[in-house]
Amino acid sequence: MIALLIRDMRLAMRAGGGFGLGLAFFLIVSTLVPFGVGPEAAILSRIAPGILWVGALLACLLSLDRIFQLDFEDGSLDLLATAPIPMEGTVAIKALAHWLVTGLPLTLAAPAFGALMNLQSPGHFWIFVTLLIGTPALSMIGAFGAALTVGLKRGGLLLSLLVLPLYIPTLIFGAEAATRGTAGLSALTPLLMMAGITAGSIALLPFAAAAALRINLR
Amino acid sequence: MLELGKYEGAILSSWGVTIALLAALVFVTWRRSVAVKRALETAEKRASDNG
Amino acid sequence: MSLWEFANPVKFMALSGKVLPWVIALAVLTLVPGMVWGFFFTPEAVNFGNSVKIIYIHVPSAMMAINIWAMMLVTSLIWIVRRHHVSVRAAKAAALIGVTMTVIALITGAIWGEPMWGTYWAWDPRLTSFLILFLFYLGYMALWAAIEDPDTAADLTSVLCIVGSVFALLSRYAVNFWNQGLHQGASLSVDKEEHVADVYYLPLLLCIAGFVLLFVALVLIRTRTELRLVRLHRLEIRERMKDA
Repeated sequence: MIALLIRDMRLAMRAGGGFGLGLAFFLIVSTLVPFGVGPEAAILSRIAPGILWVGALLACLLSLDRIFQLDFEDGSLDLLATAPIPMEGTVAIKALAHWLVTGLPLTLAAPAFGALMNLQSPGHFWIFVTLLIGTPALSMIGAFGAALTVGLKRGGLLLSLLVLPLYIPTLIFGAEAATRGTAGLSALTPLLMMAGITAGSIALLPFAAAAALRINLR
Repeated sequence: MLELGKYEGAILSSWGVTIALLAALVFVTWRRSVAVKRALETAEKRASDNG
Repeated sequence: MSLWEFANPVKFMALSGKVLPWVIALAVLTLVPGMVWGFFFTPEAVNFGNSVKIIYIHVPSAMMAINIWAMMLVTSLIWIVRRHHVSVRAAKAAALIGVTMTVIALITGAIWGEPMWGTYWAWDPRLTSFLILFLFYLGYMALWAAIEDPDTAADLTSVLCIVGSVFALLSRYAVNFWNQGLHQGASLSVDKEEHVADVYYLPLLLCIAGFVLLFVALVLIRTRTELRLVRLHRLEIRERMKDA
């Protein structure tokens, strides 16, 4: 399992995308938003947590279709299916690899990018914490969506259509917690709700994703 | 004709939209049902002709 | 004789063919009088004026939008557990009806909201939930349309429907938490009968019955179409195999 994790991460980095692409996309979104809404510091700092969350979510979406697609095409997914690791484990590991390559860098970068949007001081901490807890859920839900669409020729757009509605609860609680924390209010309730979603996703979605993969490999 | 008062626009447009959408749904359902039925009949015939 | 006998497509086709004309007749007989009653023969409401007439389409369509998704969840589960073809085809057949109902509920709600609350759209929990429900319908239908093999499509959409239901429910609570209560919910709700006087309630009941029957009729027709499509697909494959 660890070998699989290392292999996946190495492949993701070698493909040049991985780290770089998602982060660059996130940076561009954070740059474009002030152009769109105007440079007033007050407005920007108010919407900063929400924009950072949406930006991270979209950056996460970018690389989802690669979770299974390449392995499906060259047949290594069939090998993994017959390997001694259960399919659920493979899915979880692949989601973890996706998170390490996409979610974690986004989490680390988000407080810094917050400076572009005049994010105020407790905000850096809160955006870091909420993304740290929330992005694993995004990767896991995304892996489920990727497993559904893996057999399709042009699954990318469909994948976004399927995954984005599933992201809504995570986004709502995550952005709400970040906003409340930044404003100095108690953020415990939305934070716990989001943590619950993350834990539930990690616990249950591997089974759904593995079922979808088995159907697609039939 | 009955008097709808100041809400005339709202009432008529929402009823109009609803009836139009329902009619479109019924129409699409009906047309597809007929088309598929016909396609299946020809396919069954071809299948039985070919043995 | 058990309910599952009608899971056999042939039996289902025979029975539904017999029942269908009656259902259509009943649907017309409830929906048309219900709508005419609601539109022409109801008085103005104190707070709403004549705009109360929108209730006769808004509430039934909103109820159907949610209940159709619930029905799709149940039929998807039946497909996953017992693999009855009729079940999953019915889910597919219902999706387009469900999405139409959602759109009707959203549009009539927006049109009604304008004179009542002075805005077409507010990010109020109910409106937001319906918008999210609409997105889930879209995703479900897009997945059906994207996959060629009917059995694979049936399996994958069923998995999506089950997982989607969980997340749709989560979204409902998330949205409630996110933006609480500027909706005057009770006046729109049928559950709370005391808010709706009989003059409005009876035609509303008739309209709801009409919408339900219309849905049953449409879903029967569409399920029959889907089952024929499956048969057609099988025949085509068999023909191609013979040619090869």
